[in-house]
Amino acid sequence: MSAYLKLDHICKTFRRGSVENDVLRDINLTIEKGEIVSMIGHSGCGKSTLLNLIAGLTKVTSGAVLLEDREVNAPGPERAVVFQNHSLLPWLTVYENVALAVNKVFGAQKSRGERKDWIEHNLDLVQMTHAKDRRPSEISGGMKQRVGIARALAMEPKILLLDEPFGALDALTRAHLQDSVMQIHATLKNTMIMITHDVDEAVLLSDRIVMMTNGPSATIGDVALVKLERPRHRLELVSDRDYIAAREAVLKFLYERHRFVEAA
Amino acid sequence: MSLSAVTSKSEDATPSPVKILPLNVARPGAGSRQFRRFGQALVNNFVPPIICAAILLLIWQIAFGRAGATLPAPTVVWKEASDLIIDPFFRNGPQDIGLGWRTLTSLQRVGIGFSLASAVGILVGAIVGQSIWAMRGLDPIFQILRTVPPLAWLPISLAAFRDSQPSAIFVIFITSIWPILINTAVGVRNIPQDYRNVAQVLRLNHFEFFWKIMMPSAAPYIFTGLRIGIGLAWLAIVAAEMLTGGVGIGFFIWDAWNSSRLPDIVVALFYIGAVGFVLDRIVGFIGHLVARGA
Ligand SMILES: Nc1ncnc2c1ncn2[C@@H]1O[C@H](COP(=O)(O)OP(=O)(O)OP(=O)(O)O)[C@@H](O)[C@H]1O
Ligand SMILES: [Mg+2]
Repeated sequence: MSAYLKLDHICKTFRRGSVENDVLRDINLTIEKGEIVSMIGHSGCGKSTLLNLIAGLTKVTSGAVLLEDREVNAPGPERAVVFQNHSLLPWLTVYENVALAVNKVFGAQKSRGERKDWIEHNLDLVQMTHAKDRRPSEISGGMKQRVGIARALAMEPKILLLDEPFGALDALTRAHLQDSVMQIHATLKNTMIMITHDVDEAVLLSDRIVMMTNGPSATIGDVALVKLERPRHRLELVSDRDYIAAREAVLKFLYERHRFVEAA
Repeated sequence: MSLSAVTSKSEDATPSPVKILPLNVARPGAGSRQFRRFGQALVNNFVPPIICAAILLLIWQIAFGRAGATLPAPTVVWKEASDLIIDPFFRNGPQDIGLGWRTLTSLQRVGIGFSLASAVGILVGAIVGQSIWAMRGLDPIFQILRTVPPLAWLPISLAAFRDSQPSAIFVIFITSIWPILINTAVGVRNIPQDYRNVAQVLRLNHFEFFWKIMMPSAAPYIFTGLRIGIGLAWLAIVAAEMLTGGVGIGFFIWDAWNSSRLPDIVVALFYIGAVGFVLDRIVGFIGHLVARGA
């Protein structure tokens, strides 16, 4: 059986002159269509690097990223990224930021009117229509992340790559955006890979949680399955046995790894 | 001394309207306050330069007012060259025209040369800034060429073009291109990796990347370069026209020197200074508008 996305023996070494930095070693993972996979691991272990490799923004040192059995080695809109720091263009308004992506990706297929509707539809999806004429400097951090998500969704990507999309947000905004992501996934059934530091977020959103070992030479330490029915509701889950089990597995992994590092 | 005297006098004048304010309705009070603030700004911005200019004129008059002085005093300039000052746009014959016309001729040359320098400088700068090797290899060369004075280019361009008009334009071009080129390259070098990532994910082509990412992102650098460039272009035109002739303001100075009309030269210097100042402010203003859009 061939997987939708396959990470095949990926290694990544950064070189600067004679200084080598082995960041990732022998990463193997297959992801099915429509799946949400979280990646969790200690800061600096190489999660962003792995996401950039999948996005094609960085080149693998060895191994391959295969999307529908085809090797990808350059970035493209079918693997849209929601960046760790939103990366909106400050000289464009919210609407124009999304429009830049839509006009580029659908310039040939959709008419001008259709594109306008599509941009507004995606801004609506993240509830940002009210601020569409504001610039990034004029909206809050949570709003910027939402626009970043809208921009990525508007490309209709095969895979949505999210790098700590809610990292810098307060708990309430975070919960709100997590619900939006679950809603969007329920309607669009898109494949997502999401980096997070938050164990609850990982368990709530994902089908599988990929736990990475500490760097240097980080690799996949373990994968936890989250066998929870969708739609999921955060309040009902608090006492759910599967939820508690998944949460415990991840916490144990992180805690023991951490201990391991301290002992070393 | 006189400067502080003026401001303290206007401060003395302030208490009286403030005392009236509670008696009046709010509106006239606010209006008079606004008017006062405007008056204050006027006093702060215009009175000091006017006073300083008057003092300088006075020193100039005292220094060169004696009989047999080498340079004309302000009164002499006014007496002999008032026609040039009062009417910039007279036409008495092919070579006897107002300084306004001459300035416009020079401005036209500067316009052509500077536009070419901007277009080429921004394009080449963008390419150089994109490549770390081009940057390393070309930057020292640009830095050396940058310091070559405008006039040193003139013989070479005369030899190449065999005509004064294109030579003058070339001198302007080659003088003003370096700051534009170098600043654009630095600006492009400094485009945040985030923006490049966005462009890569969207698969923007070179043309789209240039217009949609590079230009807006590097605009502050580019406009700094353009501002330095226009200043240099204006420096170069005067020098180039002195040697190539024609009807520009540069040649006018040279001509006046050859026929010993020193007062005319003084007037021309003021024209050049004023136009250079205005050009600098125009480019600065456009840069300000663009930066606010960013
Ligand atoms: N361009 C690069 N050149 C050299 N080293 C790099 C580069 N990018 C990342 N690294 C190194 O790779 C390692 C992993 O970095 P990465 O950003 O992937 O971590 P991360 O897991 O995303 O951390 P965080 O959770 O803090 O975002 C770090 O040690 C970093 O120094
Ligand atoms: Mg990261």
